[in-house]
Amino acid sequence: MSSHPDATPSPPPEPTRPEQPALPEQESTVTAWHRLRLMARPRATRANAFAALLAVVLGFAVATQVRSTQAQGLESLRQPDLVGILDNVTQQSTRLDDDARTLQVTRDQLVNGSSSEAAALKAAQARLAALRILAGTAPAAGPGIRMTIDDPGHKVTAPVLLDALEELRDAGAEAVQINSARVVASSSFGDSPDGVKVDGATVGSPYRISAIGSPETLGAAMQIPGGITETVRQLGATVRIQQDQSLTIDALQSPRTPRYARPVPDASPSP
Amino acid sequence: MIPALGLLVGLVVGLFLHPTVPLALQPYLPIAVIAALDAVFGGVRAVLDGIFNDKVFVISFLSNVVVAALIVFLGDQLGVGAQLSTGVVVVLGVRIFSNVASIRRHLFHA
Repeated sequence: MSSHPDATPSPPPEPTRPEQPALPEQESTVTAWHRLRLMARPRATRANAFAALLAVVLGFAVATQVRSTQAQGLESLRQPDLVGILDNVTQQSTRLDDDARTLQVTRDQLVNGSSSEAAALKAAQARLAALRILAGTAPAAGPGIRMTIDDPGHKVTAPVLLDALEELRDAGAEAVQINSARVVASSSFGDSPDGVKVDGATVGSPYRISAIGSPETLGAAMQIPGGITETVRQLGATVRIQQDQSLTIDALQSPRTPRYARPVPDASPSP
Repeated sequence: MIPALGLLVGLVVGLFLHPTVPLALQPYLPIAVIAALDAVFGGVRAVLDGIFNDKVFVISFLSNVVVAALIVFLGDQLGVGAQLSTGVVVVLGVRIFSNVASIRRHLFHA
């Protein structure tokens, strides 16, 4: 073999060997190509077949190695490289952990902020709805009773109606309407020749009182002995009470801006 | 000619078969390939020198591969596998270069 010093050129394999040392340049070139061509000729020797086999193995090994290098994972790396990679990965993961924690805190803050804001808004809306029902500026619906007082002799006066209203409120009425007048906390009752004045508007017989609350409780409260029903009957009027599972109270009070009272500003600034 | 065709056949087979290198052979295959390449270039140079011998080629090929793998194995056992692999690659690379230079001089006189 050539490259090895021990590869002695002892047996001249090719007959074209002799004139190697002192050769004109041209001739030497020709000989080299000639030798190459000579070698390239297929020869059916066992050694040649062996060489071919080795070449196949070499090609296969090259392709395999190239493939596995392209698809290389960590398993082919040596220990120091692996330790270095592990260090890098650990540092990176620490950094990413820090990042993740920071981002999580930010996210929590954002979520909490928006959720508390939404909750505050919801609570405010619920309070607004409750207050609007209390103030009579919004229609209300729900179960309750309808009470009709037919008073042909004009014997039912404002105190009687006020009693009835108080009795309804005691029994838990949350919204009350008498004919077309919404009765609220500030409502006033007064007598008038044609009937009763509620909030300055005359309401005449028959009085149709709608009250939203528990129908059973309200009905029972109206009919207790010595209560409204009896009083009104003694006055010569007739009372009819119906329990209703879905009642609508649609008479409205117009909201009034207080002239003197002002809300006290919240001392603690709420978030 | 036939070995050159064999090289091509081996390349094609390797490319299409997607073989996986066994774990135990993984450190040795690249070195073995380079050692074999050195043997191949040495063989070509021997042809041009007119001293080619099939038997010598086969034996040098195999011994190159085995010795290279052995050196890497020994280096791995001694804990200097990486350095020794580098050394083997450098030595074989230098030999390949000198062989190629010789071939070039033979063929092109340049």
